[in-house]
Amino acid sequence: MFLEHESGVPLETSLQAFGLAAGLGEVRSVTIGPSSVGSTSGHVQIEHPLFTDYAPEATGEALSQLIGSRSTRALLAAGTERGNEVMAHVAAILGLPLAANVTEIRPTDDHWDLTRIRWGGSLLEEATLTAPVMLATVAPHAVPPASVGPVAPVETFVPELTDDLARTRVVERTTVSEGITLTTAPVVVSGGRGVGSPEGFGILEELAGLLSGAVGCSRVVTNNGWRPHSDQVGQTGTRVAPNLYIACGISGAIQHWVGMMASKNVLAINNDPEAPMVTKADYAVIGDLHPILEAVVAEVERRKGA
Amino acid sequence: MRVLVCVKRVPAPGARIVLTEDARAVDARHLSFTVSPHEECAVEEAVRIKERQGGSVVVMTLGPAEAEEQLRYAVSVGADTAVLLQTDGSDWDPEATAAAIADRVSALEERDGRFDLILFGNESADAGGYQVGIRVAHALGRPVVSGIKGIEIDDDTAVARREADGGVEIYRVGLPAVISVKEGINLPRYPTLPSRLAAKKAELDVDEPSTLPGGLVMTRLVTPPEVASSTAILGNGPEAAPAVVDLFEELGLL
Repeated sequence: MFLEHESGVPLETSLQAFGLAAGLGEVRSVTIGPSSVGSTSGHVQIEHPLFTDYAPEATGEALSQLIGSRSTRALLAAGTERGNEVMAHVAAILGLPLAANVTEIRPTDDHWDLTRIRWGGSLLEEATLTAPVMLATVAPHAVPPASVGPVAPVETFVPELTDDLARTRVVERTTVSEGITLTTAPVVVSGGRGVGSPEGFGILEELAGLLSGAVGCSRVVTNNGWRPHSDQVGQTGTRVAPNLYIACGISGAIQHWVGMMASKNVLAINNDPEAPMVTKADYAVIGDLHPILEAVVAEVERRKGA
Repeated sequence: MRVLVCVKRVPAPGARIVLTEDARAVDARHLSFTVSPHEECAVEEAVRIKERQGGSVVVMTLGPAEAEEQLRYAVSVGADTAVLLQTDGSDWDPEATAAAIADRVSALEERDGRFDLILFGNESADAGGYQVGIRVAHALGRPVVSGIKGIEIDDDTAVARREADGGVEIYRVGLPAVISVKEGINLPRYPTLPSRLAAKKAELDVDEPSTLPGGLVMTRLVTPPEVASSTAILGNGPEAAPAVVDLFEELGLL
């Protein structure tokens, strides 16, 4: 199980993938650099001076060498941008098939029956995977996370990496926004066609600010140039899973829905009670979104002041 | 700059997906098809690079005879020539797809010279395998970066920008290289009527690759169960505000 981590703390999506892996047999975890937690059945820490920053090709090469150096039946990772990328490198290097974004694995004697997502999750595919080493990534938010403990014992693995593998390493990194981002925000206040204009997002920003949340939007909004593409939630944008997703004037087309369906609670604000977003949401308010949001902002301010 | 851009024909996103009776494919009878969204942006990016640097754009797809429609679309927005790797319409796995593309790229390069840049979409909208571009890059021995939302060509180097959570990562890769791009790298142009008519007459380079099945075999497609939801209507209009803020308090958001 390849764990992605930030400063030694595994990502939630990696722990979910670990949760699926744990049902398959004895799992050992592997990270690039040190991790505070991992598999209690054994952990491999990959060390090499080349890993000064994210280097997908070199990571794929290191994992391929690790697989080759011991009897590994399968390597799993999270179906994140990086997880899918690194595993595709492993698959290409070793000439093995890769099943991306699986939600279920049913091992048999000689192959795996598995279910994976298509269309970002609006369609499922059942498939068989047959290979000497099984490679798969696990769709985010499809399985509950594994509980992990402090890693022990830790083994260090030093791969043989040539300098040219640095050719696809990140050379520069800038942090645009400190603090709350779409993927980490507990609340996402998202707007669609119904918001009407770039200025119409002002009230959404105000509410997001009061709730320590982030502002998102649908594909129509970015195609109209009202918001940057980095705000787009959906199949071709960002996947979010906040505690509360507030969909303002978003009809709820399937490619938007798959980007936010992992939200714990969904509140739809829409003037069309028949909109798919309204019928699929947990909570809804029917009516014109701007006066509703203004009243909500006023009520939040009133209670915060009280 | 010689740029190759690889695209996939997929049902138009947002369409209601109905499966065939054997559940092995999407019923195409009532669907319109399009270029997968990330790849539509890849075509636009290839054309913009050509417009800035000079050179040519070749568009390639692997798919059924009908995928000609997507190739002609790419030509109508600025690609110069089109290559169809024609299949019988069955689902090709990512290994087979990548092998056929890499073979054809090698043959084309031998004939017409090296592609400085090969663009893919980060993942197809339908199958979402996240691997064809990376496999092609390895087969050709070229560097590859994925998830890219900005490309600048600086002599013999591509400077590629990728959004990471809350920030930006920069890669510098020497050409020739492979880059997988994401929607948002640009806003694709629309074809004009004259360009559409001209694209109808464009000559297609058609090849029928052979394949061996890979280790990942699709057995059937399943429509996920509809989310059984009973929406709690908190109210109508601004009068619902107290109920909404009660919900915020219940969820511990205030």
